[in-house]
Amino acid sequence: MKWETVIGLEVHTQLATKSKIFSGSSTAFGAAPNTQASAVDIALPGVLPVLNKGAVECAIKFGLAIGATLNRVNVFDRKNYFYPDLPKGYQISQLAKPIVEGGALRIQVGDSEKVVHLTRAHLEEDAGKSLHEDFHGMTGIDLNRAGTPLLEIVSEPEMRSSAEAVAYARALHTLVTWIGICDGNMQEGSFRVDANVSVRPAGQKEFGTRREIKNLNSFRFLQQAIDYEVRWQIETLEDGGRIEQATVLFDPDRGETRMMRSKEEAHDYRYFPDPDLLPVRLDEPWIEAVRAALPELPEAMRARFISDYSATPEQASIATSSLAFAKYFESAALHAADVDSELVGKIVNRMFSPEEKELAAGFIARDVARARIKLTCNWLTGELLAWLNKAETAIENCPIPSRSLAQLAIRIEDGTLSGKLAKQVFEGLWEGAGEVDAIIEARGLKQMSDSGELEKIVDEVLAANPKSVEEFRAGKDKAFNALVGQVMKASRGKANPAQVNDLLKTKLQ
Amino acid sequence: MPDASLSALAAQLAAKQVSSRELAQQYLDRIATLNPAINAFITVDAERTLLEAAAADALIAAGNAGPLTGVPIAHKDIFCTDGWLTTCGSKILHNFVAPYDAHVIQCFKAAGMPSLGKTNMDEFAMGSSNETSYFGAVKNPWNPAYVPGGSSGGAAACVAARMAPAATGTDTGGSIRQPAALCGITGLKPTYGLVSRYGMIAFASSLDQAGPMAPSAEDCALLLNVMTGFDPKDSTSLDREKEDYTRDLDKPLTGLRVGLPREFFAEGLNNEVAAAVDAAVEELKKLGATTVEISLANSKLAIPVYYVLAPAEASSNLSRFDGVRYGYRAPEYTDLNDMYSKTRAQGFGAEVKRRILIGAYVLSHGYYDAYYLQAQKIRRLIADDFNEAFKSCDVILGPTAPGTAFKLGEKSDDPVEMYLNDLYTIPANLAGLPGMSLPCGFDAKGLPIGLQLVGNYFSEAKMLNVAHQYQRATDWHSRQPEGLK
Repeated sequence: MKWETVIGLEVHTQLATKSKIFSGSSTAFGAAPNTQASAVDIALPGVLPVLNKGAVECAIKFGLAIGATLNRVNVFDRKNYFYPDLPKGYQISQLAKPIVEGGALRIQVGDSEKVVHLTRAHLEEDAGKSLHEDFHGMTGIDLNRAGTPLLEIVSEPEMRSSAEAVAYARALHTLVTWIGICDGNMQEGSFRVDANVSVRPAGQKEFGTRREIKNLNSFRFLQQAIDYEVRWQIETLEDGGRIEQATVLFDPDRGETRMMRSKEEAHDYRYFPDPDLLPVRLDEPWIEAVRAALPELPEAMRARFISDYSATPEQASIATSSLAFAKYFESAALHAADVDSELVGKIVNRMFSPEEKELAAGFIARDVARARIKLTCNWLTGELLAWLNKAETAIENCPIPSRSLAQLAIRIEDGTLSGKLAKQVFEGLWEGAGEVDAIIEARGLKQMSDSGELEKIVDEVLAANPKSVEEFRAGKDKAFNALVGQVMKASRGKANPAQVNDLLKTKLQ
Repeated sequence: MPDASLSALAAQLAAKQVSSRELAQQYLDRIATLNPAINAFITVDAERTLLEAAAADALIAAGNAGPLTGVPIAHKDIFCTDGWLTTCGSKILHNFVAPYDAHVIQCFKAAGMPSLGKTNMDEFAMGSSNETSYFGAVKNPWNPAYVPGGSSGGAAACVAARMAPAATGTDTGGSIRQPAALCGITGLKPTYGLVSRYGMIAFASSLDQAGPMAPSAEDCALLLNVMTGFDPKDSTSLDREKEDYTRDLDKPLTGLRVGLPREFFAEGLNNEVAAAVDAAVEELKKLGATTVEISLANSKLAIPVYYVLAPAEASSNLSRFDGVRYGYRAPEYTDLNDMYSKTRAQGFGAEVKRRILIGAYVLSHGYYDAYYLQAQKIRRLIADDFNEAFKSCDVILGPTAPGTAFKLGEKSDDPVEMYLNDLYTIPANLAGLPGMSLPCGFDAKGLPIGLQLVGNYFSEAKMLNVAHQYQRATDWHSRQPEGLK
């Protein structure tokens, strides 16, 4: 039987506010246990919550960014359950009237695009941490995290594979960091994913019974957990078993999901509106002020990169994988596109009649700019990305300024550098050896442009390789490539490959 | 001294006829003598009181005294008080020393009023007789065989016995007004949101409101001036300009329209109480008031509505008492759940457990709509009745409680009978309206009778005006228990 996977995600994003959602304590990560827990956070008798407007603003930003409905009146509820790291015995959350409802996110899996709809996003407070290690026979409680603002973002069950789920989670991660509401640090738990997974026979309309995989803190674990869970569910069903609704945990060491609690063990949270907090009212001036402060969103920027800079959809996706990356890309592209009039003048004077000059100048400048941007784009999403990944560093810490990457593209476009030489210059840039032209000069990486010098090398190569010449003349194309290779080698990579081609062809005719 | 009003005490202090330390010592002496029999206080700490009094004396000496600086006051043990044991009348907090001051406590400290101690109360303010306190029942100073009312029973009793010139109380369903009535003093529950709830241990957040308890309306007005005001730490605190609640005390009552709710004079009301309330109405008419009959038709549903909503909120508010961070923890347990259940089973009394169970039930899956939501709708209807009534009257008048004080143990086995004692007080809490109780007579047994006024939102000054004018014409409020003079 063919099975279809159905996945919906619930993502807890920690909001990047300085203080907690209902108290003035700091939200900074990594402080000594319980040093960032105030009277409110530890729920002393008599204390009361006061809503942090900054957290509400983060939710408004998110709602605007995904084109959702912002509930002008939204309400905080109490979710009641006992746990030692939940000091009040209830979590303040939003059930019936969340701040954000609806909205959508576009995702890309390989070459195909898909729109995933969101159900809702609501504000709530995080719990503290229970520390089971280091305390023999006891549990330590750290309430530093208690009261950290969270935006829980719930998708519709519209993803059909782990790849789609990961693409969605990545797109969401990009968006929340892009608009600055979350630092996105998954290791520190700033972005935690719960996956609701079910399977159904292909073509069946009703959903299968779902199991919820809790607290996945990396994209890799998300993928592994879903893949395992889907296999397990299909095997179970094919063996004649039934899926029981349950909450499960993913064990990354064993690559398995295991049962945490069944539906029967599920809590009755006894939600009711928190009488300590008034309903939150969003007025238009507030919403408009937040909207005005939003940066250009990744989707809009991606579309613009494709249309303005002729980036391929995939390159545009890479370039908009984070706001910092996009800014770098755009800066490099603009540097590359800045074609000086002297250069254009030279070309125009060489090639066009006086009456064509003005018109031609425009076209030429545009073509040059396009070619340079294309090169910038290729180098950014190719070499630069690879080096960043290898160095496990983010674009924010890239040792090559965007202007230098653009300069590299310019020197490739104007024929100074071949791709191979450019890689050596890139290495120099990465090492901080200076500007592009300085590196070319210092390392002697300039492509050979003197045709007399090149002709001499070509002649030498032809004389030294009579066998290849003979083979070429006998119709073996491979022999030609061998000759090109010999010339390039003899020039120590500095020959312009196109020029080598031309020269060889002329000489061999 | 025991007869002096707050303004008289303040005048003596200002005139340096007495120091705050001397005054505090006199009250401490009286507490030492009378409290063992009445049990109005859970904590008395003479050393701290005298230190605070000395600080007040310094303020007076430096010319920095406010209107009540140096006048001591007793605080209900529901207010967190920095460095003081704060128990809320419960075993589960029997060892809890608060590390911070409630907003109300801060207000009185800022006013330079030394604390005489923490007064006894029904456990977590759940009760109408003060018999649910882990620290033992409070006795009514008018007759120690009778209850003082509750939950602010310790506060009412200590003021009635003049162990303190005034006290703070809190009122969720009548907990200031009913004990004030049963102990023959004056008490006021302000409009919801007027006094910050920060640091006041929550019973039912949407109903809880702190207020003053003292012999007279004038005293209450002075105390209200100290307690009220916006507090950014309480999201339900109202951000409005400060008022002087004494400003209208001396206004004549000419033209005052007094609303008499038909439902408050119906079946269930004790005859002697009815007669005393009728007499008070006649007195007000003599002072220039007119009466108008009104109807609060939905107020008959106030008790069932209250016993859905208050326990619902309480069941959640009391979840933090789990033995993990502070307070009582069961000495022996096998695992986490066992620790929770033993701690709470041993730490809470029967009435508190009953209400937690009711609350958890009405909020539980499948019952929420039928109970909690339904009750919220009726709550709105009750408030609408008041809005309608205030179109034709300035203040609503009736009995505070259906009877006078009952005997200790008399109703403790019948919770519903006990709940009915708050029949007339609960509607004001549900509507968020201000209410007050003032003495208006005695029954044949010599027990005080309380008269209740309910005003429109923010009409405290008007209510205090009515009460003060009544108290100028009568002397019920200045009577004291014979044996304790």
